[in-house]
Amino acid sequence: MEKGVRRTIRQTVLIVLGMCLFVVALVPLYDLFCEITGLNGKTGGPYSFDPATSQPDTSRLIKVNFITNTNAGMSWAFWSEKGGIRVHPGELKEVNFFIKNTTDKVMMGQAIPSLVPVSATQYFHKTECFCFNQQILQPGEEMAMPMRFIVDRDLPKNVQSINLSYALFDITDAMGDAVVTGG
Amino acid sequence: MSEVIHTDHHDDHDHGPDKGLARWLFTTNHKDIGTLYLWFSFLMFLIGGVMALVIRTELFQPGLQFVQPEFFNQMTTNHGLIMVFGAIMPAFVGLANWLVPMQVGAPDMALPRMNNLSFWILPFAFSMMISTLFMEGGGPNFGWTFYAPLSTTYAPDSVTFFIFAVHMMGASSIMGSINIIATILNMRAPGMTLMKMPLFIWTWLITAYLLIAVMPVLAGAVTMMLFDIHFGTSFFNAAGGGDPVMFQHIFWFFGHPEVYIMILPAFGVVSHIIPAFSRKPLFGYDSMVYAVASIAFLSFIVWAHHMFTVGMPLAGQLFFMYATMLIAIPTGVKVFNWTATMWRGSMSFETPMLFAVAFVVLFTIGGFSGLMLAITPADYQYHDTYFVVAHFHYVLVPGALFSIIAAVYFWFPKWTGKMYNETLGKLHFWLSFIGVNVTFFPQHFSGLAGMPRRIPDYALQFADFNMVSSVGAFIFGFSQLFFLYVIIHGIRSGTPAAARAWEGAKGLEWTIPSPAPYHSFTHPPVVRDEEVRG
Repeated sequence: MEKGVRRTIRQTVLIVLGMCLFVVALVPLYDLFCEITGLNGKTGGPYSFDPATSQPDTSRLIKVNFITNTNAGMSWAFWSEKGGIRVHPGELKEVNFFIKNTTDKVMMGQAIPSLVPVSATQYFHKTECFCFNQQILQPGEEMAMPMRFIVDRDLPKNVQSINLSYALFDITDAMGDAVVTGG
Repeated sequence: MSEVIHTDHHDDHDHGPDKGLARWLFTTNHKDIGTLYLWFSFLMFLIGGVMALVIRTELFQPGLQFVQPEFFNQMTTNHGLIMVFGAIMPAFVGLANWLVPMQVGAPDMALPRMNNLSFWILPFAFSMMISTLFMEGGGPNFGWTFYAPLSTTYAPDSVTFFIFAVHMMGASSIMGSINIIATILNMRAPGMTLMKMPLFIWTWLITAYLLIAVMPVLAGAVTMMLFDIHFGTSFFNAAGGGDPVMFQHIFWFFGHPEVYIMILPAFGVVSHIIPAFSRKPLFGYDSMVYAVASIAFLSFIVWAHHMFTVGMPLAGQLFFMYATMLIAIPTGVKVFNWTATMWRGSMSFETPMLFAVAFVVLFTIGGFSGLMLAITPADYQYHDTYFVVAHFHYVLVPGALFSIIAAVYFWFPKWTGKMYNETLGKLHFWLSFIGVNVTFFPQHFSGLAGMPRRIPDYALQFADFNMVSSVGAFIFGFSQLFFLYVIIHGIRSGTPAAARAWEGAKGLEWTIPSPAPYHSFTHPPVVRDEEVRG
């Protein structure tokens, strides 16, 4: 085979392989981008809160609204004790959420948060949230789950209200044995 | 399609092509493979067309009369998949196979055996994909854009076959593109510098690079789907921490360059036909090349204009809006250059020219609706309505498809050695022109009035536009059966054609006999400037 053809094949195959690597890298890069910018509305992992260093900003009141949804096919009841509360930035607040397994089977659920406006995602910190873990409920069992959060003092000035929405998914199938043993 | 002509070969073992089925199964000849691709794409076009007619039959009147919604969704999905991957793309590859070696003065493609493999993968891939319609649970029903999790968690069991078919088809495209690039970069006749290459060669060179860049991304998307479906991963499953919006980003990063892959060769075809029938060289050769390169580059940075309503921040929406509108500029340069080519030309309007001029006008109309869609706040109104359907059908049907038909009429004498019947060709043109506009122009209005896409039944206020559109679809559909007749009639009983079948045609392919010899340019030709750049 002619040398030029061989060289072109080498170069084009390298491009193909490079683009394969690109699409593989795209997944962690996408997650990293979302984590840094908060553009996907996810509020991140547990936040360690030091009460000594956080002073509530009493000059601002932020309305935080809570929305609970169950994904299609997830038959649990899911609600929050309050539709929304007003908080000062820097103030630790607790809200209770409730889930109830209305079926006759042991099931496992996972709540996924989504927050708007996206400019507020990086400023909403949760020290405790049921969304950090999976929840296993026996048939008929009801559970109260506290969620503790602080709105950061540096929340952009133009944000006056935040909507935090949870979608509850049925992940019983994905977890297999863990559901049966409850562990 | 090409007869065997024994020219004065020095080879003593030249005994022409094999006879019978073996010839077509094992051929490494670019002309045979081009023929295979073209007939395959025509068959797929008719199959996809039947699906379109099922859709338009159901949509002829409000109410559900003929098919269940679940089957309707399979029709819309497979119509899209077959037309995009089975009709338009293989047709352009068929044109590339026939024309690239002849136009650069090469004896064949760089890798003739891989060329055979690239073709024969396709009938297997599409047999597998179409057979899913007959499987339990039905075939793909999630739109040709197969967003996850509809295409993962909620897909029929046959989705795995769909994924494998996409893998196979992607492999075929990648191998074909490597072949085309290797041929164009290494096997041009002496004297044919890059800026003397015919426009069809330029557009295919650039298209081939687009293909090798984005086909792996599509492969990645469907592989991630495969893993989510079968191996418990959560790329696109929110419950497991994944993100359905990521699917859309990955898909459209492939998908937007894909639609330019489907139009750039069309630009090349039209850039050959218009100068031929204007008896004038193409206006602005250099800017035509730069415009195609700009369009290809820009095509990588506009993908999210398919996702304006997904919850993107303002900065993202603005960027993608501006970048998308920017593509109109090099495209406009091309439209103006085709027009300037015709200006003060000595024009005649044979069938290829009719299709080429219709392309320029109707593709531009499709471009205008595209500009409207690019305006983000306006797109919130148009997104997922028939306005989008009207847009892409204008750029794909009187756009890409008309250019393919124009190419078939234009190079028909070169491939077959016969002239098709000009009166029949013109009749095919007018039926197609009327049919395509009656079908798709009303869809702008039903879209603006709020009719959503991908629905088997609709609110009463959309009834009139839908009825007109369905009538047009049947006119257009049956015109293409007439096209088949024109082709076969031409092959069987056309008058013999000259080497330069069209007096204004320029290019190395017009310097060899019609039909082109089975092996052409076994010795490199002399490249004269007037022949290539005209």
